[in-house]
Amino acid sequence: MTLTALQRNWPVVALIAALLAGAAAPLVFGLSAPGFYLEVLLGGLMSGVLYSLVALGFVLIFKASGVFNFAQGAMVLFAALALARMSEVMPLGIAFVLAIAIMALFAWLVERLVLRHLVNQDAVVLLMATLGVTYFLDGFGQMVWGSDIYQIETGLPKTPILVLEKVFDGGILINSEDFVAAAVAGLLVLALAIFFQKTPTGRALRAVADDHQAAQSIGIPLNRIWVIVWTVAGFVALVAGMVWGSKLGVQFSLSLIALKALPVVILGGFTSVPGAILGGLIIGVGEKFAEVFLAPIAVQQFDLAGGGIENWFAYVLALLFLLVRPEGLFGDKHIDRV
Amino acid sequence: MSGRKIGNVILQVADVSLAFGGVKALQDVSFDVREHEIRAIIGPNGAGKSSMLNVINGVYTPQQGKITFLGKTRGAMDPHDAAAMGIARTFQSLALFKGMSVLDNIMTGRNLRMRTGLLAQAVHLGFARREELRHREYVEHIIDFLEIQAYRKTAVGRLPYGLQKRVDLGRALAMEPRMLLLDEPMAGMNLEEKEDMCRFVLDVNDEFGTTIVLIEHDMGVVMDISDRVVVLDYGKKIGDGTPDEVRSSQGVIDAYLGVAH
Repeated sequence: MTLTALQRNWPVVALIAALLAGAAAPLVFGLSAPGFYLEVLLGGLMSGVLYSLVALGFVLIFKASGVFNFAQGAMVLFAALALARMSEVMPLGIAFVLAIAIMALFAWLVERLVLRHLVNQDAVVLLMATLGVTYFLDGFGQMVWGSDIYQIETGLPKTPILVLEKVFDGGILINSEDFVAAAVAGLLVLALAIFFQKTPTGRALRAVADDHQAAQSIGIPLNRIWVIVWTVAGFVALVAGMVWGSKLGVQFSLSLIALKALPVVILGGFTSVPGAILGGLIIGVGEKFAEVFLAPIAVQQFDLAGGGIENWFAYVLALLFLLVRPEGLFGDKHIDRV
Repeated sequence: MSGRKIGNVILQVADVSLAFGGVKALQDVSFDVREHEIRAIIGPNGAGKSSMLNVINGVYTPQQGKITFLGKTRGAMDPHDAAAMGIARTFQSLALFKGMSVLDNIMTGRNLRMRTGLLAQAVHLGFARREELRHREYVEHIIDFLEIQAYRKTAVGRLPYGLQKRVDLGRALAMEPRMLLLDEPMAGMNLEEKEDMCRFVLDVNDEFGTTIVLIEHDMGVVMDISDRVVVLDYGKKIGDGTPDEVRSSQGVIDAYLGVAH
């Protein structure tokens, strides 16, 4: 970046600098032992990867069809419910494959019954349509699968493990299940990135994202592409649902994590896959740091009742980004003629 | 000279009328296009040229009239069907995939010819990879032909306008179309770029044998490279014939130069 570009974007630069300073502060001011600091950082990254996954679902659909899919959270819940209930009667692997098939069928139905008839309508119309899909999925899911709290037994070890005991005093405590989950999510993100960059279908998807009209004129069928992206978004929802569900139990509140992914896409940019990934990590780490390091200081200094920063930190950060960089870190800048 | 033998009629436009609400964009327009020829559609601003092209391409469905391409008469269809039938097009206001490289842009033109399924691509099976290579070979041939070798990996959005126009042409050529529709290929170009583009249009017609229908505002360019010319004015056909015939037609002269009442 040249100096003038730096000057022009100074609010963004200042915001990023403040974030970095905030992240470094606990270490610099000796608020935390290095080992504990690293533990919090890792915890943040792990939940961040999961935010990234849900955000990725948003971005994929938004890029390919310009639809802001409010139903992403409902899809996470529905997929997790399907997986949990089916895995009660069959091995998890088979239930997983069947759940993918169910999400593909759902994608096909959404294209057939909803999207196809609303092509070229206003963004608000499409948003309302996905709101409808959200409530349908929530209700239908409970009707078919039930409304209790269900378990997904992934068979992963739940015992925490201690690492780097030699380096840090007391070592670092890692929840091994979280660690595996984060690794799976990370691999999935990587696989999707390769799929989009390297395969002909991925290329067609990027083409549709860039220019609908031109994509059609070279014979890329929009309808098929929409089914594919909704299926991929459904698959991502399934993985997110499985990971969160095995941690917290499959229950209605799962659909609310979509609301956590909103600040992530605002931060990363609605049209950027790397943005969704990085945004998720920033928010995951940010809210953990705020909760663990900032909240106690605030409570002490101002004699407050309690912490709870974790719940709103992401939104305040998103709001700041909206003020200084509405298109997000990596999103496309829109310059509209007035 | 390989493909320059003008053949049978491959596109027949018969009595096509198109209206947007009360605006009559096209009224009873009929003409034909023969295989391997360069056919121009000219006319002043608002004459209905772009509407005509969009009708052939399936973007608009005319209220009246028939369009027969390669013996098949069709009613409503969309651009994807047109592409599948062998009709490719370029755009007046560039519609390239700006974030993608030149190579990727042109490779998208091979989409309809890709046979391997999604799953085979996803796991990168051998035959999927071999198919990709085969298409890549064809695309490299086009890149050489359009003299854009040096920009293969450059994001299209960063190329100058004249080169972007070439990439647009390359993407359409990658489809190996029977008929190529060019929407004002010289619009907004300087003289040198126009000459380059003319040369490419003639070479495409010559080397690939592609039938070309081009819309142009600039009469001079069109007269030099076209075999036959259709002239539209206010949605009606007012002339049709060789460049010389059209040039000497009184109706065409009136439409272009205005007529004293």
